[in-house]
Amino acid sequence: MSGNMNIFDVAGRAMSAQMVRLNTTASNLANARTDYSSKDEAFRAMRPVFRSVVEDNLATVDVDKVVQTDAEPQKRHDPTNPLADDEGYVWEAAVDETAELIDMLETARNYQNNVQVMQTAKSLILETIRNK
Amino acid sequence: MPSLDQVLALNGGALKLRSQRLNMLASNIANASTPGYKAKDLDFDRAMQQAQNGSSIDQAMSDHTGYRVPLQPSLDGNTVELSVEQTLFAENAIQYRATLSFLQGQVSSIRRALKGE
Repeated sequence: MSGNMNIFDVAGRAMSAQMVRLNTTASNLANARTDYSSKDEAFRAMRPVFRSVVEDNLATVDVDKVVQTDAEPQKRHDPTNPLADDEGYVWEAAVDETAELIDMLETARNYQNNVQVMQTAKSLILETIRNK
Repeated sequence: MPSLDQVLALNGGALKLRSQRLNMLASNIANASTPGYKAKDLDFDRAMQQAQNGSSIDQAMSDHTGYRVPLQPSLDGNTVELSVEQTLFAENAIQYRATLSFLQGQVSSIRRALKGE
């Protein structure tokens, strides 16, 4: 049998990684359409970086780090905004809402797949140990 | 007369190979969105054939593990195609169940013989 990792670790850690991804998506969406008075302080979308962890025949996935994307915040002319700078500009958070929503759907699908893997593995193992 | 080990070897070995293949397919599904991950799979038929010719299960498994050739390569270098992996996972789970029920049948035959029913 394989070392310290089993099929439940594989699916479980993948689920955790997808959960981190879902959390970053939630943060990005929460901060979408927020305004800032300078380009530097404007919010930029965050992305998790996945890395596979291989052990014998098993490979699970971990979140290596969460990075900020280099998307450029958009400048908007809005002199009435209290955050506007001297020239009347505000910067919008660099979040592509459509891309985030699509990413969210993919994350949910991947999560569900891992749940399904876990359920199947569980029922197969239970059938095996209840061998009458 | 063959020993009990020999009687159960075929289905026992098949069950072990099936469970290892299940692990590999689960790993592929887990890494569905990891950039650069290369999906792996076990050629069950050939591995089983080698195991029947007297090779150990672990040896047969490592000899016949290969990388999947994707139907449509993706830009990030990931070769996992969820539809393919899910289908094979389901198929392999059913085949595991089938092997398990063959094994259970053998065990119950032996048990019946022992009881002399």
